[in-house]
Amino acid sequence: MCATCGCEGEVKASVLNLQTGHAAAPSHEHDHNVPIGQGDPHEHVHADGTRHSHPHELREHEHGHGGETITIEQRILAKNDALAAKTRAWLSGREILALNLVSSPGAGKTTLLERSIAGLASEFPLFVIEGDQATAKDGERIRAAGAPVVQVNTGTGCHLDAEMVARGLRELKPGSGAVLFIENVGNLVCPALFDLGERAKVVIFSVTEGEDKPLKYPHMFRAAELVIFNKIDLLPYVDFSMAQALSNLREVNADATTFELSARTGEGLNDWFGWIRRQAALARQFAFLETDPLSRRGNITPRS
Amino acid sequence: MHELAITCNIVELAEEAANGRRVHRVTIEIGELSGVLPDAITFCFPEVANGTCLQDAFLEIRRIDALARCSGCGSEFRTPEITTVCPCGSLDFVRLSGEELNIKSIELEEAA
Repeated sequence: MCATCGCEGEVKASVLNLQTGHAAAPSHEHDHNVPIGQGDPHEHVHADGTRHSHPHELREHEHGHGGETITIEQRILAKNDALAAKTRAWLSGREILALNLVSSPGAGKTTLLERSIAGLASEFPLFVIEGDQATAKDGERIRAAGAPVVQVNTGTGCHLDAEMVARGLRELKPGSGAVLFIENVGNLVCPALFDLGERAKVVIFSVTEGEDKPLKYPHMFRAAELVIFNKIDLLPYVDFSMAQALSNLREVNADATTFELSARTGEGLNDWFGWIRRQAALARQFAFLETDPLSRRGNITPRS
Repeated sequence: MHELAITCNIVELAEEAANGRRVHRVTIEIGELSGVLPDAITFCFPEVANGTCLQDAFLEIRRIDALARCSGCGSEFRTPEITTVCPCGSLDFVRLSGEELNIKSIELEEAA
C-alpha cells in the first residue's frame, strides 16, 4: 500500500521468506508529481449526467475538445493475467501442482494446510505461499508444520495477485514434482478476480458459515474446481443443511468436486489427499502438452 | 475493494498508451457480471489519477448488460445474476456478454 496515493496495485506487498528471514525489498514504481492535497478537489456533473471529480483545480473546463483517440482494447487485468500465464507455464514445466486456497476468514485454511503437510510430506515436496493482510502468524504455523513457506503481507490489499505469487516463487524456488499451496487472503470477493497461475481454485467452506454462501458469493464458488466443506465435526451443533448447501452450490457451479471433512479431527481428509495425488499425477502427465485437459475453467475473468 | 487495484491497472495501461501526453478521456467497459462495481471505480479514479497524465481526464464507463442464448429454446435473454436461468426454465445456455473488464481507448488532449 502506497502511503502517498493509497494505490495497492503499483506498490509491492511485503514478502518474507521464513526459512532465510529474507524480506524481499518493496519497490515503488510510480511517482507523485503532484502531492495530494494540492489544489481543491473539484466535483462536477457532466452534461450527460456523469458525476466525477478532479483531483486538483482546473483553470477552465475543457471537456469536449479532445484530440487524437488511441485504441487500446485490452483487458484491464491483462498484466496480471500475462504474469499468471507465465507462472503457470513455469509451474507446468516443473510438473508442479499449484492450488489457490480461498475462503472466508476463519474457515480453516491454515489448519487444513497443517494437516495436509503432516499427511503428504512423505510423498511430495510441499511449499506454501501464505497471504494475509498483516502478521507472519500463519506463516509461522506452516513452518512449524514442516513446509518451506513465504509470507506475503498485502497491507490493505484484499487479495493476492500474480505479481505477489511470482515474487513468492522467486523466494521459494520449488523443485520438480512439488505441490504448492497458495493460501489466499481470507475473502470471498476479491480473490475471485485475480488469476495467480494456479491449476485450480479450492474453496474451503466451513459449516459454521451458513448454506447460502454460494449464492451470496457466486463469483468465487463459480470459479472453484473443488469445494471443501470443513468443520463437519460441528454439524450436530449448528443449523447447517448439507443438502441445501450443495443445492445452492449447484446453482452457481454444476461441475465442482466436493468433499466433506474436518481438518480438526481428521475425518474425511483422505478424500482431499487422494484428490491432490490425482491432480499431482496429472500435472506430471500433462507437463509440456499444449492441450492440457486440466486447463482452468469456470473462472469469470479470462477471456481474450 | 479490488476496485482500487483495478483502477490502478486502468491508469497504468492508459499512461503507457499516452506516452507522456495528457489524456482527456479514458473509456472502459464493465460487464454487469464482471464482479467489479463501476461506482467504486469512479470513486477511486481521481485519487489514483492524481499526479499522472490522466489527472484531468474524464472517465467514461460503458456498462455492458449480461446476455445469454438458450441452447434449448434459442432465445436470447438477460442474466443480471450469475444464477439467472432462461425464462423457458433451461439451465443450458451460452453466455454472450456481461463479463467484460476492458480498457477501450484513450482520447488525448488537443495540443495547445
